[in-house]
Amino acid sequence: MTTATRPSRSFKFRGRSFHALVLKPEVPISVWLAEADAWLSRSPNFFAGKSVVIDVFGLSLTKRTFAALVEELKRRGISILGVEGADPSWLDMGLPLLMTSGQTVKPEPAKPVHPPTPAPLASSLLIDVPVRSGQSIVHPEGDVTIVGSVASGAEIIAAGSIHIYGTLRGRVLAGAYGNRSARIFCRRLEAELMAINGHYNVADEVEPHLRKRPIHAWLEGDALKIMTMD
Amino acid sequence: MAQVLVVTSGKGGVGKTTSTAALGAALARDGQRVVVVDFDVGLRNLDLVMGAERRVVYDLIYVVQGAVRLSQALIRDKRIETLFLLAASQTRDKESLSDEGVSRVIGELRQTFDWVICDSPAGIERGATLAMRHADLAVVVTNPEVSSVRDSDRIIGLLDSTTEKAKRGERMEKHLLLTRYDPVRAGRGEMLGVDHVLDILSIPLLGIIPESQEVLHASNMGSPVTLSNPTSAPARAYSDAARRLKGEHVPMMVPSDRSTLLNKLFGRRAA
Repeated sequence: MTTATRPSRSFKFRGRSFHALVLKPEVPISVWLAEADAWLSRSPNFFAGKSVVIDVFGLSLTKRTFAALVEELKRRGISILGVEGADPSWLDMGLPLLMTSGQTVKPEPAKPVHPPTPAPLASSLLIDVPVRSGQSIVHPEGDVTIVGSVASGAEIIAAGSIHIYGTLRGRVLAGAYGNRSARIFCRRLEAELMAINGHYNVADEVEPHLRKRPIHAWLEGDALKIMTMD
Repeated sequence: MAQVLVVTSGKGGVGKTTSTAALGAALARDGQRVVVVDFDVGLRNLDLVMGAERRVVYDLIYVVQGAVRLSQALIRDKRIETLFLLAASQTRDKESLSDEGVSRVIGELRQTFDWVICDSPAGIERGATLAMRHADLAVVVTNPEVSSVRDSDRIIGLLDSTTEKAKRGERMEKHLLLTRYDPVRAGRGEMLGVDHVLDILSIPLLGIIPESQEVLHASNMGSPVTLSNPTSAPARAYSDAARRLKGEHVPMMVPSDRSTLLNKLFGRRAA
């Protein structure tokens, strides 16, 4: 029996979306760097205080050329938060590898030198007891399914979708780790808060005809769309 | 085989102490050996409701700290010889209760009694978690109103995660005792209905205790309501609940608004 309920103690964590400036270098790198220099000569303080993510997906870099790129950027005062689309063996650069943002990427014509980072195995969490007030279920690996109700004052945070075969009275945060296609389903809507990938609605913002009904919620643009299921 | 029962709620003032005394007295009157233990260190009330406040010499903290033997601290009830009280300290605070000490005392009590009923303080902090830690089953006392229901739900979550039973992977038996039920207000929709509370809490119903002046009279007289006025509505409801705890099947009575019923039957106000 796996128990995923973690009683709220002092150690809590949340999924949160942050906006970052993403630089996507293009080959040849030397030309791209020259353009960066031109930009910086016009706006020298543009990158001051900003944390930047470099997206190197599909660039066919090696560990050595990647290291050189990072060095070049640092020399230009560009502070690097992390890197997207890099090979895990480059980790000792001291930069965090970021998860992909989940958006579809156009297939690059050049074959990548390193195989793409394997996606983490999605796993689904099933809980078949009611989730009690004060309990916090966090599942960064995929969907969460609750066979039962979620009490007022309880919360579910999932990387994927959240399915509740019961009454939802608490808070649910689906797609909490950057997944815009996550959805929320419940048999009876009395939620305190619903969020998908950081975009949220509180109970007051939900239209009256949707309350206490079975619903299905998804993200369209920046807004939560909710529809009844009967 | 001794049963350790915790009477808990989360919310304060819903009727834990009243229920501990009433259930304990009802069980003892039927011949069971019962000890009621007050875990509300610093704000003790069980001794008042039991009418023993002038006979407390040693309390739970003395026993936990090993300063006296359990037999020196237990106070026998004057009305029922199989009913005992272990009072809380009024001058100390709950930091004086150690985990091992409480464990040892509960273990000793299990050897001499059929029922060890632990009256929990309100809240979710150490006092409440200590009271529930060694329980075999729980009675969750709830008023039919929203804040009490939410607090009870929180407490149920703690019963399923912080107790010894939960840590051993066993499921603790939990029973809902709905107290201070007012049929008039329920009829007007000012109080939550029984079904609504059961839907939210999802634990079996032990009993519904009507709101009644009898409960206040009993506490002021220093007597559990099941002893001071056994035929009153709350006393009968508590007695039924005690029988259900022993495993008997007793049909559930939902308190009704008797004055309205009699008005309808006889067209005049009930006396």
